[in-house]
Amino acid sequence: MRSLVFERNLPRFAASRLASTLGSGRGAAVGPLRLLDTEPPALPGPGWVRVSPLLSGICGSDLATLDGRSSRYFEHVVSFPFVPGHEVVGVLETGGRVVIEPVLGCAARGIDPPCPACARGQLGNCERLAFGHLKPGLQTGYCADTGGGWSHAGLVAHESQLHPVPDAFLDEDAVVVEPVACATHAVCDAALGGGETVAVVGAGTLGLAVVAAVSALSAAGHVAAPGALFVGARYPHQRRLAGELGATAALAPDQLGRAVRRKTGSLSMADPRPRRPGGPLTGGADVVFDCVGSADSIGQSLAVVRPRGRVVLVGMPGRVHVDLAPLWHREVRLLGAYAYGTERLASGATARTFDLAFEVVAAHGLGRLVSATYPIERFEEAVQHAGAAGRRGSVKVAFDLRHKEARHGEQPHGDAHGDAHGDAHGGEQRHSDARHLARSTTSGRDGRPSTGGTS
Amino acid sequence: MTPRPGLVLEVDGSTPPTLFWHGERFVLEKLPEGSRVIYAPEPLVPLEDPVGAIRHALLHPLGDRDPLPALLWPGMRLTVCFDDVSLPLPPMQAPDVRQLVMEQVLDMAAEAGVDDVVLVAALALHRRMTEAELRHALGDRIYEAFAPSGLLTQHDAEDPDNLVHLGTTGKGEDVEINKRAATSDLLVYVNINLVAMDGGHKSVATGLASYRSLRHHHNPKTMVHSRSFMDAPSSELHSSNWRMGRLIADSGVKVFQIETTLNTDTFPRQFGFLQRREWEWSVRDRAMYAAAAAALDRTPPRVARQVFHSIRAPHALVSVQAGEVEAVHAVTTANIWKQQGVEVDGQTDILTMGLPYISPYNVNSIMNPILVACLGLGYFFNLYRGQPLVRRGGVVILHHPTPWEFHPGHHPSYIDFFEEVLSDTTDPVEISKTYEESFATDPWYVHLYRTGHAYHGVHPFYMWYWCAHALDHLGRVIVVGGDPAAVRRMGFSPATRLADALEMASDVVGRSPTLTHLHTPPLLLADVR
Repeated sequence: MRSLVFERNLPRFAASRLASTLGSGRGAAVGPLRLLDTEPPALPGPGWVRVSPLLSGICGSDLATLDGRSSRYFEHVVSFPFVPGHEVVGVLETGGRVVIEPVLGCAARGIDPPCPACARGQLGNCERLAFGHLKPGLQTGYCADTGGGWSHAGLVAHESQLHPVPDAFLDEDAVVVEPVACATHAVCDAALGGGETVAVVGAGTLGLAVVAAVSALSAAGHVAAPGALFVGARYPHQRRLAGELGATAALAPDQLGRAVRRKTGSLSMADPRPRRPGGPLTGGADVVFDCVGSADSIGQSLAVVRPRGRVVLVGMPGRVHVDLAPLWHREVRLLGAYAYGTERLASGATARTFDLAFEVVAAHGLGRLVSATYPIERFEEAVQHAGAAGRRGSVKVAFDLRHKEARHGEQPHGDAHGDAHGDAHGGEQRHSDARHLARSTTSGRDGRPSTGGTS
Repeated sequence: MTPRPGLVLEVDGSTPPTLFWHGERFVLEKLPEGSRVIYAPEPLVPLEDPVGAIRHALLHPLGDRDPLPALLWPGMRLTVCFDDVSLPLPPMQAPDVRQLVMEQVLDMAAEAGVDDVVLVAALALHRRMTEAELRHALGDRIYEAFAPSGLLTQHDAEDPDNLVHLGTTGKGEDVEINKRAATSDLLVYVNINLVAMDGGHKSVATGLASYRSLRHHHNPKTMVHSRSFMDAPSSELHSSNWRMGRLIADSGVKVFQIETTLNTDTFPRQFGFLQRREWEWSVRDRAMYAAAAAALDRTPPRVARQVFHSIRAPHALVSVQAGEVEAVHAVTTANIWKQQGVEVDGQTDILTMGLPYISPYNVNSIMNPILVACLGLGYFFNLYRGQPLVRRGGVVILHHPTPWEFHPGHHPSYIDFFEEVLSDTTDPVEISKTYEESFATDPWYVHLYRTGHAYHGVHPFYMWYWCAHALDHLGRVIVVGGDPAAVRRMGFSPATRLADALEMASDVVGRSPTLTHLHTPPLLLADVR
């Protein structure tokens, strides 16, 4: 059974890092990721099940790993070799579709009593990621024992990690639940105040998911509704999508600061005489979601947030060089937002992040963010495409694992999720706007897709 | 030789291609046979003794005013105001006519023993002038005498300590102007009247006013009902200014108005072909055109912009009159029409115009898309008396590169206006209702206006309102050679070539339209019968 396996191999790691200087995603072809025949992972113990991936997304953190740009901080919470893929919709041996909540917390690791964070339901903050009966691994997709989504051999998941997929969900809707859960957690944890000005830096999958989460969760009364939601997006299709998902205005990155300044009545510390695009604002947005995690995006976030405002790092940063003087001087709160767990809502009630994420996906039909799927045999192209998603007019790129039988000359197994849209010939599948439009027009009154489970 | 009057040429098979400005370039376009081309009169002969003429005007004022020396006495407060960098276009070769006039005014004041003299650049909501621009307008002698001691000032429409509210007109218009000027014993205003719109009561009532006052006439309703700005009796903009000017006079402000008109000798010798009619181009003109066009084609736009903005026009003084505002302005207006007026029979379906690199609001700066629209639809469209050159529902074709480019120091609010406002609506009335107040009171724009060299936050709105009459009148606006995104943002249609634009225009005016080309430079005023 073919799987993509990431091995500890320093020369290949160095090669990938070098190749990535040519562009994000270029490291996959020369790096430690290889397509191998593997056996299905063993079940670690009671409460574990096998999951056959249907779709598995390529995330920004995957790209950083494949390009050798990931922080060495993670070395202690990863075990090699591992099969990547933590954005997974799969099917159980019993036939039901599930989304995997990939964090491998105390419950999955057989640790009882759980750590204080897991006891509070804050799974993402688990303090035992390198302990218990599993090898180290912060998530499925980074652990040698569990397998990952980029595999025809399947993965194993603890029952605490499983979220049944509603029949109305397409596989594409389901595969974005995990990144949407990340965004949902960031939004819930940002303690939005009513009428606040919110800015989102970056409009890839995470940025768009944050926009969708803010608008859906505020509409549902789970979080306070902002007064304005500005999005800085580099590419036109990102700006269009951000507008559709509820942004007050989706703007080119260099326009974001000006729009926030106008909305908040701030001044600017830029010298108006030189031809510079603008300096830090004296006031600014109450909350900024940095959905990129680069030095530039963090710098921009600090430039447009108000004194004592919050900058929420949603995109995974690595080693970045950032001038923190404005953070110190303006007493900005810099918050990390990793993964998910349990959220406290505006009503005072609590909810699992994934449950909220399903609501957000349904409200906006976020399966439309899946722009292209590839078979894992063409992983180099897939990863390159994901690395250049914005430039190529795409958002989310995923591996399609639904048709392994067809490639082996067998008949599709005919479950509710198989159809002919996968790539029997190994070609890229483009998810056209027309298809998404058709899907959005068949949404039910509650905003949930009303089509069946087939795509 | 007596300058020849303007003319309307009918294009036939033997007519050579017609020159169009195209920003920092120019192009020759072959117009369809039967098209009309309006050519301005040739530049009038300059006054032989401009200094003597100025002195004569100051000593022989028009209307109910004593000669200037009789209005000056020791111990009085004298304020001398002057037009800012927006006039003339292009900036004229030294000495600037403001310098010539003000040197004599100040000499007379000195002779009379007046020592409380303050100079005020009448900016209204324009950007502050730089030292170099002030030196050019006033000359080094005046600059050195007044600037070091802080007596050379620039009107600050946001300085509450130096504004005075003189009252409201019968139509409820607030009149709030520069306090120093209003509380002086004499206010001398030195004008350069480049077009018929300039001067009169507009000098003080607009040039020295605050936003609170300006908003009464710089709004879409007034602009739509100013037909045209160049014809004061038919201009609501001027009616409002006249009401304000009379209130200013009635409140005791004594204005000694000095107005000057220049001839239309607009470009120096190396660009002489710009001033001549194409069929009269000499071999030298053709060679200069070919050389200039080829060089500009190879020159980066930024460099070409610097080259053009360094041009100083050989404008020469052709009339100067002084005294009471309305009496002076009547003579001035007649003199301007004498230089620029051309009789035109009837309207046209399509009006074409080539737009240059400069407008009143981008001297030494970038001609951003809003200024392109304002120059074409606000100024050139309104260069008429009687009725617009183009019929209602007709098409205007502008020829300009219209880059999506702004000077962040001079036009900061223009950037936000273009991004935030025009992306929402291009309707002047809606824009006024929804956005004007927030831009006008934005503290960042106020700061930049007062301390930097930025136009006031509300200024891009005024530029758009200048277009209101044209937008209300026209069926379509097409821009040839413009940045398509910038052109579309303003609600106009981009075309690559003039032929494409004419094809596009046929959707609006049919397949056999009449076409008229407004040939500039030099400037002209069409008296449309």
